[in-house]
Amino acid sequence: MTDAATRAEEVARSSYGRLLAVLATPTGDIPAAEDALADAFERALASWPTAGIPDNPAGWLLTVARNRLRDLYKSSAHRTSTELEDTHTVLDNLDLEAIPDKRLELLFVCAHPAIEAAIRTPLMLQTVLGFESAQIAVAFAVPEPAMAQRLVRAKRRIRVARIPFVIPVLADMPTRLPAVLEAIYGAYAIDWQGVAGETIRESMSAEALYLATILAALLGDEPEAFGLVALIALSLSRAKARENGVPLDEQDTNLWDADLIAQGEAALRQAHGYGRIGRFQLEAAIQSAHCARRDGQPTDYVALRKLYTALVGIAPTLGARVSLAAAIGEDDGPEAGLAELDRIDAPRFQPLWATRAHLLSQLGRTEDARAAYEKAISLTTDEITRDRLRARAGE
Amino acid sequence: MRYSLLVMSREATEAEIGEEAMAWGRAAFDAYAKSLDSAGVLISADILQPVAAATTITVRDGALKVQDGPFADTKEKLNGTFVIQVPDLDSAIAWAEKCPGAQYGAVEIRPSAIVFSDGSWHQVD
Repeated sequence: MTDAATRAEEVARSSYGRLLAVLATPTGDIPAAEDALADAFERALASWPTAGIPDNPAGWLLTVARNRLRDLYKSSAHRTSTELEDTHTVLDNLDLEAIPDKRLELLFVCAHPAIEAAIRTPLMLQTVLGFESAQIAVAFAVPEPAMAQRLVRAKRRIRVARIPFVIPVLADMPTRLPAVLEAIYGAYAIDWQGVAGETIRESMSAEALYLATILAALLGDEPEAFGLVALIALSLSRAKARENGVPLDEQDTNLWDADLIAQGEAALRQAHGYGRIGRFQLEAAIQSAHCARRDGQPTDYVALRKLYTALVGIAPTLGARVSLAAAIGEDDGPEAGLAELDRIDAPRFQPLWATRAHLLSQLGRTEDARAAYEKAISLTTDEITRDRLRARAGE
Repeated sequence: MRYSLLVMSREATEAEIGEEAMAWGRAAFDAYAKSLDSAGVLISADILQPVAAATTITVRDGALKVQDGPFADTKEKLNGTFVIQVPDLDSAIAWAEKCPGAQYGAVEIRPSAIVFSDGSWHQVD
């Protein structure tokens, strides 16, 4: 690969989202902005090897893409794209930092209430990070044409419904921000269960961390955004220890990534500094509490129980409620954990049955435990999880 | 319990689907069947030819009547079946959700009433 091509690729990776956001903001027409940007990258590859790499590659790309867009909007059938003026002169003093960062607006567009929840994460991966729909389709285990079609439909909706590229006013933040946080978290927690027992859990997780970091930096003073950074960094730090489905409390702590833990803890401290607790901060704090084991301390189930109780108070998801029951089981004993589990009505939720089986076997109720393990196993389509459950069930 | 997972979707030719999507489908259904198999729940799996290859017969009116095409002309067609043996509907739903056909079509879960094996009909347990 030539220097120019390498450089174009670097610029593409580092500034794609910024350039796209700026280009799409005036019209809300993301596909046109994507085409113009793709065209600009193509021209860069054609011209940089001979004309030299401009001092300010991102600004060069932006100007070429803008001209392209202007042509597009002005042109009718008889007017084909005119030769561009020499863009170098226009741009010498325009660097990337001078280009307004509209990625925050773009993130809010992607997670707008008028956009179907399931497509928000793919939209962010494509528009902010520049992923091809084929790569996103692989990550979500969806056929490529289906993913491409869903993305096209969502982008058309953004344009025709004229979803505005704005940051919501403060009053709307409590309803709008959670959708953005959740869509970013969605890139981390894609429902990864591959059907063949091969589980690709982490393929988009680094991107999720990057998106969360952008969001936290651009919002500036939003504790939940830092909470999300902390949660993803801390969860990601266990990636290696988690291989083959080893649960958190049995992982070899030597395999945890110290840098990611440090990044997560720092983000969590920053979040707590604002004094406004939220779902992602609590989930991050739960991850953080497990770090005690790294220093040779036993897991603090009293603290975990408090954290889960607070979490269930603000975000009573099935997962959180089952985890609370498990923490109560560790703290007050299995009887109490089972009583808590009995209050959850979700007969098809696999973790509920796995937890019930664990608590029943602690009580020595072997027959009941076996039945619960069987139920949990029957709800598991992932081979690794099934094998672990079978081993626990003593099969 | 025995269930048939009936994979329903709009019918398209290989050319319409495209090579990339065909490759995805082959890999996804391969992984799906293997994963049902390794879980020990798979009885049989069939991907059917297009309804253009179907022949429907009846002797309802006294004489054999042979007709080209499927029994019912529906927009979405039956194009594959997975027969599985699982404890209950919850488990059947968990598996149906993972069926690649659910991504572009729908999967009807039909419990078996009685099954024929070892020379006679049996109630399913």
